[in-house]
Amino acid sequence: MQRLFRNKERRFGILPSRQRQPDVPDELWEKCAGCGEMIYAAEFEQNARVCPKCGHHARLSARTRVEYLLDAGSFAERDAGMRSRDILDFKRPERSYEQKLEDEAAKSGIGEAVLYGSGAIRGENVVLAVIDTNFFMATMGSVVGEKITRAIELAAATRTPLVIVSASAGARMEEGMFSLMQMAKTSAALTRLHEAGVLYVSVLTDPTLAGVTASFATLADVIVAEPQATIGFTGPRLIEQITHAKLPAGTHSAEFMLERGMVDCIVPRSDLRRALARLISLYAPQAPAAGADGVPHAGTLN
Amino acid sequence: MAYEFEQPLLALRERIDSMESELKNGAPDDVAQELQSLRADLERQTGDVFAGLSPWDRVQLARHPQRPRTLDFIRYAFTDFVELHGDRHFGDDLAIAGGPARLDGTPVMVVGHQKGKDAKDNQRRNFGMAHPEGFRKAQRLMLQAEKFRLPLFTFLDIPGASPFLADEERGQAWAIAENLLAMSRLRTPIIVTVIGEGGSGGALALGIGDRVLMLEYGMYSVASPEGAASIVWKDAKYAPEAAKSLKPFADDLQALGIIHRIVPEPPGGAHVDPHAAAQTLKSALVEELAALRPLPLATLVERRYAFYRSLGVVAP
Repeated sequence: MQRLFRNKERRFGILPSRQRQPDVPDELWEKCAGCGEMIYAAEFEQNARVCPKCGHHARLSARTRVEYLLDAGSFAERDAGMRSRDILDFKRPERSYEQKLEDEAAKSGIGEAVLYGSGAIRGENVVLAVIDTNFFMATMGSVVGEKITRAIELAAATRTPLVIVSASAGARMEEGMFSLMQMAKTSAALTRLHEAGVLYVSVLTDPTLAGVTASFATLADVIVAEPQATIGFTGPRLIEQITHAKLPAGTHSAEFMLERGMVDCIVPRSDLRRALARLISLYAPQAPAAGADGVPHAGTLN
Repeated sequence: MAYEFEQPLLALRERIDSMESELKNGAPDDVAQELQSLRADLERQTGDVFAGLSPWDRVQLARHPQRPRTLDFIRYAFTDFVELHGDRHFGDDLAIAGGPARLDGTPVMVVGHQKGKDAKDNQRRNFGMAHPEGFRKAQRLMLQAEKFRLPLFTFLDIPGASPFLADEERGQAWAIAENLLAMSRLRTPIIVTVIGEGGSGGALALGIGDRVLMLEYGMYSVASPEGAASIVWKDAKYAPEAAKSLKPFADDLQALGIIHRIVPEPPGGAHVDPHAAAQTLKSALVEELAALRPLPLATLVERRYAFYRSLGVVAP
């Protein structure tokens, strides 16, 4: 299946031509983190921030991701103003958690590390949540957990397929156990989505680690990964720190995880929209709907 | 082995022990009197020392090498335990122990993280850092509990899930996530107890329940204080500061609504008298189970859902 969605003619094809806001408007050239080549920034943006030389998938902001994935003008964002609070009164160096949140917001231009809402992909209705590494390295605090949970609930209530584009460096230390409990909350919410028989496609992007991987990001019917994305529980750098040994290259890559049976397919960014639309249409409930005969769903997991 | 703050108490305890054996061998009455006053001393000093514990002392206490472990609590508080092994896919992880047993005569299922007693035991048990096959073994036991309508008791005591490449290759994150899903909807009462160190996602993988109890000197944290210090302070040496900021102790977590009940430990901590600690825990578990038993399973699962759904603080 990993080869199914590959665009054979142009592997890193240009996406439908719409005017895009470049992520780095002031830079004319950008260095590819994959091959180190200098790329003309406009070309990089045109190519969905995939290096035209080596195919490296650079990180995308959540807004840009929404623009690439959804039909133009279809996105209705929800709970955009939701913010975290310094509930633990966490004593941290230099600046308070609240100050740090403000600085992260100023730096990234977004209020928290996730956004969600409803929209359409090639005419198929979806509930979409996207996590953004530009805010606090996409660490999971109460807002990430709450918005993901609300996205799951919205999908279940409206029986609309759910797509979550995940990324995360780990837990939000400043929220302590409330951060950990977001794993429990999102996973619990997914039991209801699965019982309702609604499709959930998880898209793992670079990097998806720790509590996000160990909860909602892997509890999906179909797990899609972006090429070369770092995926796992304990990240490669942390393993190297703990073991004092260098890991071979590529240990946590999407390709590594595919080989070990942990993800369903790797889809290049240029094909993601098409791949998602195809999956949603394939998994659309048949008439009469499964479960309509009163037989409960066996569930898609376990 | 004893920590610095335990030293004066340890010396007193040793004196009391030796006087007790003297008394048994027929020592004069004034020894009995002195013994009484020493016991009062010990009680007062223990109270003083434990009232003045720093957050870092409390981290040490939760990790005390002599602290009773899952298998000790099973031995002292349950009967007829049969340990079951293996995940039926890859292997047997000795960092997780579990199987059917009886609590006060009632058949139940128990499963917990198992740290080692000494260096050799810790090597076999990976210091309690469970592997994916351990979490999968735990899930097998959870599903058995549901199938046979056995109440499930879990015990949390893990520094963190095993952090090695082999664990990544076998799907550490996937194994933990699947347990969260399974426990969220398990149709049997689940009573969780944090007995020592509840470290991160590896702890939570056995940690979703209808009631979450915590021993008085346990800790439960999103990351180890050392890990949190390297992330927030960029240096693990700030672990004592992190231990304070993370609010990982039983009283903190009860105030925050993360846990439901604190189980008191004997004076000086559970390791001073594991038997007494297990008896106190047993009474609490029996009581908790009696309160959950009358609830219809649908109500139980609904209430469990409502509890986890409510966790998190956001504005607006």
